[in-house]
Amino acid sequence: MATATQEIDEVLKRRYDAGFVTDIEQEYAPPGLNEDIVRFISAKKNEPEWLLEWRLKSFRHWLRMKEPRWANIDYPDIDYQAYSYYAAPKSDADRPKSLDEVDPKLLETYEKLGIPVHEREVLAGVAVDMVFDSVSVHTSYKERLAEAGVLFMSISEAVEEHPELVKKYLGTVVPYSDNYFATLNSAVFSDGSFVYIPKGVRCPMELSTYFRINAEMTGQFERTLIVADEGSFVSYLEGCTAPQRDENQLHAAVVELVALPGAEIKYSTVQNWYPGDENGKGGIYNFVTKRGVCKQRAKISWTQVETGSAITWKYPSCVLEGDDSIGEFYSVALTNNAQQADTGTKMVHVGKRTRSTIVSKGISAGRGVQTYRGGVSIAKNAAGARNYTVCDSLLIGSECGAHTVPYVDVANPSAQLEHEATTSRIGEDQLFYCQQRGLSEEDAVSLIVNGFAKEVLQELPMEFAVEAQKLLGVSLEGAVG
Amino acid sequence: MLTIENLHASVDGNAILKGLNLRLEAGQVHAIMGPNGAGKSTLSYVLSGREGYEVTDGTILLDTPDGAVDLLDMEIEERAAAGVFLAFQYPVAIPGVSNLHFLRTALNSIRKARGEDELSGAQFMKLARAKARTVELPKELLKRAVNDGFSGGEKKRNEIFQMAVLEPRLAILDETDSGLDIDALRIVSEGVNALRGPERSMLVITHYQRLLDHIVPDVVHVLVDGRIVKTGDKTLALELEAKGYDEIRQAAAI
Repeated sequence: MATATQEIDEVLKRRYDAGFVTDIEQEYAPPGLNEDIVRFISAKKNEPEWLLEWRLKSFRHWLRMKEPRWANIDYPDIDYQAYSYYAAPKSDADRPKSLDEVDPKLLETYEKLGIPVHEREVLAGVAVDMVFDSVSVHTSYKERLAEAGVLFMSISEAVEEHPELVKKYLGTVVPYSDNYFATLNSAVFSDGSFVYIPKGVRCPMELSTYFRINAEMTGQFERTLIVADEGSFVSYLEGCTAPQRDENQLHAAVVELVALPGAEIKYSTVQNWYPGDENGKGGIYNFVTKRGVCKQRAKISWTQVETGSAITWKYPSCVLEGDDSIGEFYSVALTNNAQQADTGTKMVHVGKRTRSTIVSKGISAGRGVQTYRGGVSIAKNAAGARNYTVCDSLLIGSECGAHTVPYVDVANPSAQLEHEATTSRIGEDQLFYCQQRGLSEEDAVSLIVNGFAKEVLQELPMEFAVEAQKLLGVSLEGAVG
Repeated sequence: MLTIENLHASVDGNAILKGLNLRLEAGQVHAIMGPNGAGKSTLSYVLSGREGYEVTDGTILLDTPDGAVDLLDMEIEERAAAGVFLAFQYPVAIPGVSNLHFLRTALNSIRKARGEDELSGAQFMKLARAKARTVELPKELLKRAVNDGFSGGEKKRNEIFQMAVLEPRLAILDETDSGLDIDALRIVSEGVNALRGPERSMLVITHYQRLLDHIVPDVVHVLVDGRIVKTGDKTLALELEAKGYDEIRQAAAI
């Protein structure tokens, strides 16, 4: 037996020697994806055995899956072996030393968005010690959260510090086998956020990835897990309005939300990944799986403002498992130039008297193509379930496109569903009217678009909403005329 | 205030204005009357700079505190900042944008263009409330989305309210009386009259004489086939009402 074990060890060792993976100090994985890479990532993160096994199980499953191509988006075949699946966070030495070293175009955009100077440094990745200019902001939020018993940390930290919680909930909302991109994420996820709100606690502040933006480069395969225990409440903000550049073209994030009985999770996103040049070249492919499960009387509300990425494939969804639970989806998606987005939501009504609201506002400009894809399903036992859907499209110019694909599946006769949809165009008469009153054409477009998106923007936390309004304007610059 | 010389303009290649001359002094109110298709609305759009209205000849000079400027060299919003205001015949709705927010953005854009300080929210509210009273604009209309679901009368009143806030040097009222009942006509006219002043000139474009009973013009012009064919005092409007345009057309030998 000893010999056999030795042999196996030797074989393993040989393979490791031949590769790169034994070199734990290495900062980058070479391009390619195989089990060794998965082991390497797990080893870099000192993960426990169960998590490595989960990753490997996911990877093996992924090998047998086919990339979905049903979405209304057009992109060249992705060579998954051409990507590198692990890169350590950049060291301070690699970062710009000050804003003088940062692309002036990027700084110009920060200016337009009204981002305070000290935050620009952080966003541009300048080597600063603290996310904010003072240590106190950072430590005081940590103290306040600790007092309330709220856990908010990177998922890697959570695996080390609270393995029982991660193990209990990871993959329960989005199983490892869920879909091609989620399965890939399960195998190779780099990092992300973990939040736990204890029973009955109202999280004393909005939690924002922003606080942690400098702590790690979340990058490609982000994984977020939020658990709101019974009767708790949390508002979580993801992303920021500043344009985010990334060397990695392929992004496949997974977000899982668990709202236990009576809990409420409000999840707001502003996504502004690099959309590529006018032809979409160099832009990010964003394939995201976001889903939440609501137990009895729980509520999950997704609000998203999507302006970035060359390709967006994203359907934040709610599984309304518990009786009297509520799901909401408020979305503004904007496609300009050659951007393509296939986005929407799924509301799965399982419990009795479950309610859902969908408000989707799509804005297409340039040659942008946008598809709203929404699914509402009412299970057999979901007596008294209700859904209300509004789906509006706004077109700017004559070369863009907007499509609406609502799926409805009702298995209970007492369900009530409403669906409203409109398509409109920014008219020359509206622009002329605004300009005659003194607004520039760009301000006029921004005003009209923000009016169109108002129902969604007002769901965002105050500060985020103001930035998001500016973002819509900036994203449409040059779209008219 | 406004001097238009030999103005020629066309739409889609069709000549509409064919050598129009007009001189409007500061503080004066001129009415422009004319049959359908004479070029009345075209004139208002050419003055404000709307796309699709191509000026082929002529000049339009507006007096400003910095001297006379040629409107034809300016963008739509630059003309607005110079003091040109058009009260629309069909005001446009902007869903989701509150009337107050819209107007504050407009006023501050204009102030900024003039190098003046922008008004704070509180300063603007004070101004807006006061102006709303002068034109009898119901308060709830301030908060509603711009012209969205407004009745015809509310829309026209809203135009006059905007004019009161923006305080233009040159106000062009394009068929402001269309779609108004007698009461609304009175309220709108009173609003306009309250805005008459030595530094403000108005061009009132209308089909009908009845508006001019309420807004009494200093001068009346008759626009036929792209030209001013007759100019007189307010009695000319009455004469037109009685005789119709045909006689003037014949007299002008068109």
